[in-house]
Amino acid sequence: MQLTLFWIFSSLMILFGLGVITLRSPVSCAMCLVSSFISLAALFITLDAFFIAVIQILVAAGAVMVLFLFIIMLLNLQAEECRRLRFPVILGGIATILCFLILLSQVLASNPQFLEPIPALQSTLSDVKMIGMTLFHSFNLPFQIIGLLLLVATVGVVLLSRRTLK
Amino acid sequence: MDASNFISQFFSPAAWTLLKSLGHLLMTPSGFFIWTTLLKSIILLAVILGLVSYTVYAERRVSALIQDRLGPNRVGWQGLLQPIADALKLLLKENFTPKSANYFYFRLASKLAMVPPVLVLGVLPFGSSLFGVPMTIASINVGALYVLAISSISVYGIVLAGWSSNSKYPFLGGIRSSSQMISYELSLALSLIPVFMIVGSLNLDEIVHYQVSHGWMIAPCWPQGMNFHTLLHPLVLWKSFSAGCSLSQFLLWIPLCISFLIFFISMFAETNRLPFDLPEAEQELIGGYHTEYSSMGFALFFLGEYTAMIAGASVITTLFLGGWSLPLIPDGSAGWWWGLINIAVFFTKIILLLFIFIWVRWTIPRFRFDQLMKLGWYFFFELAVANIFLAALLLAYVKK
Repeated sequence: MQLTLFWIFSSLMILFGLGVITLRSPVSCAMCLVSSFISLAALFITLDAFFIAVIQILVAAGAVMVLFLFIIMLLNLQAEECRRLRFPVILGGIATILCFLILLSQVLASNPQFLEPIPALQSTLSDVKMIGMTLFHSFNLPFQIIGLLLLVATVGVVLLSRRTLK
Repeated sequence: MDASNFISQFFSPAAWTLLKSLGHLLMTPSGFFIWTTLLKSIILLAVILGLVSYTVYAERRVSALIQDRLGPNRVGWQGLLQPIADALKLLLKENFTPKSANYFYFRLASKLAMVPPVLVLGVLPFGSSLFGVPMTIASINVGALYVLAISSISVYGIVLAGWSSNSKYPFLGGIRSSSQMISYELSLALSLIPVFMIVGSLNLDEIVHYQVSHGWMIAPCWPQGMNFHTLLHPLVLWKSFSAGCSLSQFLLWIPLCISFLIFFISMFAETNRLPFDLPEAEQELIGGYHTEYSSMGFALFFLGEYTAMIAGASVITTLFLGGWSLPLIPDGSAGWWWGLINIAVFFTKIILLLFIFIWVRWTIPRFRFDQLMKLGWYFFFELAVANIFLAALLLAYVKK
């Protein structure tokens, strides 16, 4: 059951991912990316990671991509023209893919453990509590630093977006 | 002769063994889970869709009452068959697509407007239990966050409708509504954090059970251990009240009250209802994002809006108004009739909230767009953040 769901959602994700890079209309690309994010969230659910899945939808699909779509529509971007494919470009693309596949197979072959599926984490705590414990116990300082960085970035954005700088 | 022998004589032996093995399959744990979940989903969907069409009817009747008119009262007794007539009318109209519209997204948008509110219903505890089956379709441990996540993707239907219509008014409506929904999502999500901090869980079932034992979120005090017998003894009744009223409970009530107010008002903005219905302000934008839609395309937007209203009302009920619980009424483990009463209590609360939604719509004038954005960003957002700190401080004082 879990394996079937995995295959369904991972192939959907790859399909929509291909859509992002092959489709010419910016709105279609954005919608493909949203669908790909939602498939990723479904993959997280098959691993019992409900919190990550929901955050994936809430932040990536619900907040970031809505703003992307918003901007695409406001700027009224038209569909890109198809570029003419030249021989060196195709050759370069194929070479890159081959290099990546060779690298991936080497990495996978180096340790047989990589090929075995890893079971979902088992814990008595619910996953929200588990993430909270990990963040605030083991990674408290880095977490605080990231919080401070985000605050600085937010203040910077507010300052930059003001019409007149005093 | 017992019942199974009696029934078996109507079937051939082969069919009977097949039926019996099917029956066994349905009673295995996973089989039982699948068919009860399917049954719950179908019944809940049917009830909600029925409720949606009668909310539209109620909206028209109540607005007529408020404006001293009659409203639809011709089709059936008191116009009760009006929703059916409306649905038939919408189904029979031409489903027109403008020539310059983007056909794929134009058609997709109306479906996307309907789906998210229906998805929200999947995690709501609409009853305690019936014959031992919990009355939640999926009791996931991040239920409340799931509701917020789904409501955050409900923007897509409206934005895509506005863009794909390729027309001025829908475009302005789409832009307005997406900026409005993004703004109010923040205060909607932040206002809930005190609730999660006090309950210590994101599971909607657990939030309801907390309210059963500790009192509804919006109640400043709550009688402890009250039942039908203590009602007759004033002294015991007084004791149960005085046991439930404590300073700590009263202190925690303050942030919860602020949460409730922010959540309730933001819900109006999130469901695009008056006084925040800027996306479809008729005087300025004709119909807003669904100006170009006709027939079922329009009906899906309309139904989606009302389903979102019902989903919003059920979230408010679950988080703040005790869900399916009512004082003196036990949960479904005491007998199946109590389970049914719990479900009825839940839907009664929803209907009362829907009435308030309608009442507000026909009483309060519309905000201006800059006022709406100011209210969201300058007031509710700050208030919700301050409220989180207040709740944290009070919890530190109360718990330890």
